Amino acid sequence: MHKLWASTYKEFLLLTRDFGGLAILFLMPLLLVITITLVQNDTFKTLKETKIPILLVDNDQGEVSKSILQNLKNSPLFEVNSQSSEKSVKELVLTGKYQLGIVIPKNLSKDLNLKVAENVEGILEIFGEEEESIPLVKSKLKPKEIRLYFDPATQFSFRNSIKSGIDQMVSKIETQTIYKAFQEELTDDPSEDIFDTEPFILFKEIVPSDGEKEIIPNATQHNIPAWTLFAIFFIILPLSINMVKEKNQGTFVRLRTHPVAYATFLGGKTIVFLGVALIQFALMLLIGIYLFPWIGLPKLDVSGRLPLLFFVASFAGLAAVGLGLLLGTVAKTQEQSAPFGATFVVILAALGGVWVPVFAMPKFMQVLSNISPMNWGLNAFYDVFLRNVGILELLPEIALLFLFFVVTVVISVVYNERKNAV
Amino acid sequence: MIQITQLSKKYKDAEDYSVHNLNLKIEEGAVFGLLGPNGAGKTTLISMLSSLLKPTSGSFSIDGLNYRENKNKLKQRIGIVPQEYALYPSLTAYENLQYFGSMYGLKGNLLKNKILEHIEILGLSKFAHIKISNFSGGMKRRINLIASILHRPKVLFLDEPTVGVDVQSKNVIMEYLGQLNTEGTTILYTSHHLNEAEQFCTRVAIIDLGTIVCQGAPKTLIAQQVGAQNLEEVFLAQTGKALRDHA
Repeated sequence: MHKLWASTYKEFLLLTRDFGGLAILFLMPLLLVITITLVQNDTFKTLKETKIPILLVDNDQGEVSKSILQNLKNSPLFEVNSQSSEKSVKELVLTGKYQLGIVIPKNLSKDLNLKVAENVEGILEIFGEEEESIPLVKSKLKPKEIRLYFDPATQFSFRNSIKSGIDQMVSKIETQTIYKAFQEELTDDPSEDIFDTEPFILFKEIVPSDGEKEIIPNATQHNIPAWTLFAIFFIILPLSINMVKEKNQGTFVRLRTHPVAYATFLGGKTIVFLGVALIQFALMLLIGIYLFPWIGLPKLDVSGRLPLLFFVASFAGLAAVGLGLLLGTVAKTQEQSAPFGATFVVILAALGGVWVPVFAMPKFMQVLSNISPMNWGLNAFYDVFLRNVGILELLPEIALLFLFFVVTVVISVVYNERKNAV
Repeated sequence: MIQITQLSKKYKDAEDYSVHNLNLKIEEGAVFGLLGPNGAGKTTLISMLSSLLKPTSGSFSIDGLNYRENKNKLKQRIGIVPQEYALYPSLTAYENLQYFGSMYGLKGNLLKNKILEHIEILGLSKFAHIKISNFSGGMKRRINLIASILHRPKVLFLDEPTVGVDVQSKNVIMEYLGQLNTEGTTILYTSHHLNEAEQFCTRVAIIDLGTIVCQGAPKTLIAQQVGAQNLEEVFLAQTGKALRDHA
């Protein structure tokens, strides 16, 4: 026990003597979380609040294109700029000056009205509503194409959401045209409302609740756990570099001549670096609670969840430390440990669902995701932050994180024994 | 005190043995000098004796303890002064000694007193609370030595303990090693300073290509070597004048 305490104290001294390293260790994760949350929150705002400037070419100049234009203008998403030619739209969008260009085809209103009128007349004829039973001659209209130009740099998800929005808008216009055609056929009084054109099926999102209080997810509630975990796992870098340094400066070799177990040596590092992870976590929570509202970001809500959050952070920290100890044991040089550690954390984060939700990954990656400790940690954090679960529901993920720590430490000890056995 | 029997070490991928079928007996209380050109096997032998390297074959015992069966007990009885400064540069001299002393199981006032006593003897009291990174080579060598003797080892291995130090530091180190030996510590020491070895050692062995080519008291070896006036001449006669550069 005395040797473990002495090892811990030595690690503490080594860490606190490196002011630059210490600052990086605590400030960089904070900077990371602030930046990512600001970026993601602004993206959210872009879609919800800030208007995206778009280009529109109206070759139709009819009531449908006017309706599209009005809908686009009324939309919170877009700021419409009219253009006269498709060529200029193509040029401006494909060079990245605008993210989106919409080209409405010629005769869209005329052809849509004609098509709808034909269909309505056809239906009414079947029901015997038509006064004059003149056989209908179907016009051979081709489907009209509204052309969308996207800046090639825009993300796939952005394109999909825009396409989906425009599709909804066009469908609504088409439906309204159909209703209007029926109205015209069935009554001569334009003020008479035969159809209620308001949507009948509505959506309501039901969010989890904590007693009477609803837990409404926002960018902060999503980002703090995800990027905190990412930062906690980045601890493997300073930890492994610290171990490699000890090998290179000869102190580890000296230590091997002492009657002390390698596990004790690792124990001292575990205690100190777990402390670092928890301080990092506490700082992240503090900025989420106090700094974020001050810079216009949603406040982090931790009410009633602090013990569980620190419980999860402790085990996530242990898993990260275990990985760092293993890397530090195996690596011979900083050139090995630093790039490998950094890349590996990014891979674990990607697998863990920090960037792309696991459910949106291909099947094979979803299977791989199950073996990422960051996935276990992230799920546990989301369980606490967003799903409002209790300690029992957290146990599977906590057990996996702890098992990961045990396995990495055992591998480190066995590897060291085999490598240095006498 | 130290009994080495048919000890060999061949590194992975190496063509030749670094130490080959080496037999050596070092009596308790001796100051034994292990001399040899670069790559002769001195450091490999000391590394095996201090549990840093696994022998390929053969065995050894120290103070009656076989290295395979009593690893931790054996480590408690030996001290190793490595060739490089194996110290934490960002810790003070006191903190370094406190840590390495603790790893030998020393604690509390006993540890504190031993640290203060040793840094006083080796003239470093004023610098106890200064970071090692600010120390000169000679000062680091002295702290390097203290870190290995705080627990009063029965056997002390020194791998070129005076390399790169000023004359004053060297003098203090050698005097203190002499004192330790007088107090009962057996010393096994490697050096390229043959004059130093001639004066300091009670016995020396010249090792070359992993085997001992001759051993005995320095004066006896000089007398036995025809035309030799000192240990350096014996050394050159036994190992030749060809350069021993190796990578």
